[in-house]
Amino acid sequence: MAQKTYAGVKVDVNDEGYFTNPSQWTKEIALEIAKEENLSLTGQHFAIIEFLRSRYLGGEALSIRSINHSGVTDVKTFYQLFPGAPLKKATKIAGIPKPVSCI
Amino acid sequence: MNTENNYPIKKVNIICAKGAIEDVYATLVMGNGAVMEGIETNIFFTFFGLDAIVKTRMNKLHTAVVGNSALRLPGGLRMPTLLGIIPGMESFISWMMMREMEKLDIPPVGEFMDLITAGGGKIYACKLAMDMFKFKPEDLCEHVSGVLTIGEFYAHAGGEGSQIIFT
Repeated sequence: MAQKTYAGVKVDVNDEGYFTNPSQWTKEIALEIAKEENLSLTGQHFAIIEFLRSRYLGGEALSIRSINHSGVTDVKTFYQLFPGAPLKKATKIAGIPKPVSCI
Repeated sequence: MNTENNYPIKKVNIICAKGAIEDVYATLVMGNGAVMEGIETNIFFTFFGLDAIVKTRMNKLHTAVVGNSALRLPGGLRMPTLLGIIPGMESFISWMMMREMEKLDIPPVGEFMDLITAGGGKIYACKLAMDMFKFKPEDLCEHVSGVLTIGEFYAHAGGEGSQIIFT
């Protein structure tokens, strides 16, 4: 298993850079992963990250549709906040595994 | 899994020519999946596929119960063709298909198109099929960006790393 150092802390990641142990995540770490993705995080980003983490830790599947029903943001804003592949990018920054959902 | 390669897909152009639930959903899942990966996405509906973007029809799609040799009853037995001709059977099977998809968090057609267009995916209708079925642009749902001739479709489809997919 690979390790990476973010904000002075060693964390376990898989070969794509996704956390294998979400409890190692902190907000400081999120800011550094986001920098790697050329993003600077705002409160709006963190609201989404918190939603993704609570949903993942609650054992629920993550899909683009669940973002739309989250009450935190709509999908259009989600695509703007995390441009490119938003669900992959956001889960990486949120320190949780890459979603396995097709939708 | 190493998914790096030298020729990544940068753009997909998906054509849907049929209007059954499974045809339209194969198209929408592939289209939405591409948008989610950051791939530029065009979806082109033609012939019976137009049902997916006609306002009055898009949320009432059916799956064929006669002549559908892969259709099975709960438990795995093949659906006998004679059962398929019972009035209401097609509606019932179609309702069941939609219910099973809902359980997997697969949205209804209109909501699926909301997700695709919110992510920048584009949806088009085929001009020739529109003329043939006597549809007008105002019959189409608000997700449709335009009505294209086949020449215009090819013009939209061009580019490095672009793929045309016929579902």
